[in-house]
Amino acid sequence: MNTEILGIVLVFVLTVAFAIPLGRYIARVYNGDSTFTDGIFNPFEKLLYRFCGISPNEEMGWKQHLKILLTINFVWFLLSMFVLMCQGWLPLNPDNNPGMSADLAFNTAISFVVNCNLQHYSGETGLSYFGQLFLMFLQFVSAATGLTTAAILFNALKERTTDKLGNFYVYLIKSCTRILLPLSVITAIILVFNGTPMTFDGKQQMTTLQGETVNVSTGPVAAFTAIKHIGTNGGGFFGANSAHPLENPTYLTNMVELGAQMLVPFAMIFALGFYLNRKKLALMIFGVMTVGFLLLAIPTVIAEMNGNPALTKMGINTGMGATEGKEVRFGAAASGFWSIATTVISTGSVNSMHDSAMPLSGLMQLLAMMVNCFYGGCGVGLLNFYIFIILAVFISGLMVGRTPEFLGKKIEAREMKIAMIIALLHTLLILSGTALSTAFAEYGASTLNNPGYHGFSEILYEFTSASANNGSGMEGLGDNNPWWNITTGVVLLLSRFLPIIGPIAIAGILAAKKHVPESSGTLKTDTSTFGLMVFAVIFIIAALSFFPALALGPIAEYFSLLN
Amino acid sequence: MKNIFFQTIKLTVAFLVFFSVFYTLLIFGVAQAAPNRGRGKLITDNGKTYYKNIGQSFTKKGYFNSRPSAVAYNAAGSGGSNKGPSNPEYLAEVQQRIDTLLILNPGIKRSDISADLVTASGSGLDPHISVLAAKMQINRIAKERNLDPAQLNTLIEQHTDKPLLGLFGPHKINVLELNIALDKVK
Repeated sequence: MNTEILGIVLVFVLTVAFAIPLGRYIARVYNGDSTFTDGIFNPFEKLLYRFCGISPNEEMGWKQHLKILLTINFVWFLLSMFVLMCQGWLPLNPDNNPGMSADLAFNTAISFVVNCNLQHYSGETGLSYFGQLFLMFLQFVSAATGLTTAAILFNALKERTTDKLGNFYVYLIKSCTRILLPLSVITAIILVFNGTPMTFDGKQQMTTLQGETVNVSTGPVAAFTAIKHIGTNGGGFFGANSAHPLENPTYLTNMVELGAQMLVPFAMIFALGFYLNRKKLALMIFGVMTVGFLLLAIPTVIAEMNGNPALTKMGINTGMGATEGKEVRFGAAASGFWSIATTVISTGSVNSMHDSAMPLSGLMQLLAMMVNCFYGGCGVGLLNFYIFIILAVFISGLMVGRTPEFLGKKIEAREMKIAMIIALLHTLLILSGTALSTAFAEYGASTLNNPGYHGFSEILYEFTSASANNGSGMEGLGDNNPWWNITTGVVLLLSRFLPIIGPIAIAGILAAKKHVPESSGTLKTDTSTFGLMVFAVIFIIAALSFFPALALGPIAEYFSLLN
Repeated sequence: MKNIFFQTIKLTVAFLVFFSVFYTLLIFGVAQAAPNRGRGKLITDNGKTYYKNIGQSFTKKGYFNSRPSAVAYNAAGSGGSNKGPSNPEYLAEVQQRIDTLLILNPGIKRSDISADLVTASGSGLDPHISVLAAKMQINRIAKERNLDPAQLNTLIEQHTDKPLLGLFGPHKINVLELNIALDKVK
């Protein structure tokens, strides 16, 4: 078999193999059971509780959870604005990079707080090392926020009647210390031993073999790149993100970074199964997500390996596939596969430039972000999927004439309304943002790097990426100006917090309802039939509503290239 | 509410110290045991030092060319062309690169040109080219350096990086290492 294909198959299989035991460990952490990391973290966490005045045994209702979540995120946002705008005179700035403009700082602060990392700047010139290390802190805590919301959901899905859903601080701290930190340390060590820099020196001068002088940006890259993937953040240290030969130096580091971004989202699905002791339900969820993922990934890999038909027509050898925007050391297959992994999971790091990907690949990348729940980001992927489960339970309940129930709780009009609003919000944000930018050419069309259908794709991609909290981009777009910084900033805020508030509210309301024991009349939700139902709901709501927009962008470009 | 506000601020401070300082220092400490103490892999030759993973521009006669770059191989920045696959301006640019290669490398056919040699990489700093892209340049370099093409073929084979464990990923050639070795051929 082709060595490029073999490489991506290996990464996928290994990631699943690691994710299962990790899922069991995560379930134990959130359940408060003893784990092998107790010895290291118990004393540290006790110290933290005392320092912050937190009583870890106090249980909170869903509204209390959300109140703290929004407060702490607001604190992070204010602090980020300050650091980003003032980094010019803060320490650790060997390259003398200036502070950010207000609108760029607004966009950057929000996009790192919400785990998106849209990055309308280039790391080499846009950030000091102080700024980078501060954003790295946000990469940890924003991922932990997502994981915390998933932990609250797990707690609410237990079959009992309660309004007490665990302690927010305990979930947040444990997500940071016991899940994200150890995984990041391991990843960073692998990276640093394979050539990723970890230094505080500024730009280095180098005279090339034929005698020219160039500068080489370095920095504390390894620590940053590790949490960027483990926390599904995706913000690159350098402008070229993980295509940069220092951020991702070899095929091995590429495999590690690719696996690292899929690891926690995979593990969270298995954790759900272990936590609720419903392994079949977890398998159903993992199955639906994997089918969706493969349906997107396989056509992309094929399209990238086939190469650009316009270049093939010029008579050159395109046996290596589409090479524009790609690195030789990864090849077309691993680049295509990564582009789907990073878009289904809301990482948004890139190892090839999506702007130069084939039209079909662009279509798949867009669809992956539009669906936004095949695996999904740290924790929040499951929240998005939960919305679709609620919808599917309701619809199939109506179809077979049974009362819609999920895990022993009746789903009624109020929950359905919330679920519908959240499911349609994504569509609304993407399409209205794209429509506005397209209508006003001085804001939209004038910032494009490519004409025609592809230019439209650039606009659509930017809003899709923002609304999915993904953070990748068709980077040709000239997006560092007030229009793009502010519009996408607002989209980011809405698309992060409403899809957290909605599912947590539903879960909280359901948890407080009377538990209905399972009977022969109960709709089984852990079967492949129900999985198919969820898939159909996702396809109809998330994919089809975007079809007209997709037809104007990547689909039109695909057919124009065939001619 | 006031209580929550102070708790979240204290927790933020604690996390900042823990991640931005302790975690960073831990990885920095480990890096001291890594190759070149965590400053990126280097190649030293003839008293000069190069970054192994940062590609260089080779425009002078007698060298294997690197791929086109959107940032002219200046690693103070990085990035790709971000040109879409159907962009007419871009396609004209590729056509021009093909024509230039055909003139510079007499005796080669269009089908000998590997796509990577006429397209820009994602980072603009790609240190590698494909095996095909190196072999296409043999005749030109043999003439410019007065060498036997067979000798250059061997050199390329010696400097071809195999897939990981022989199983995973593509074959590739580090252009800098190849050109350093080329300078040593008599």
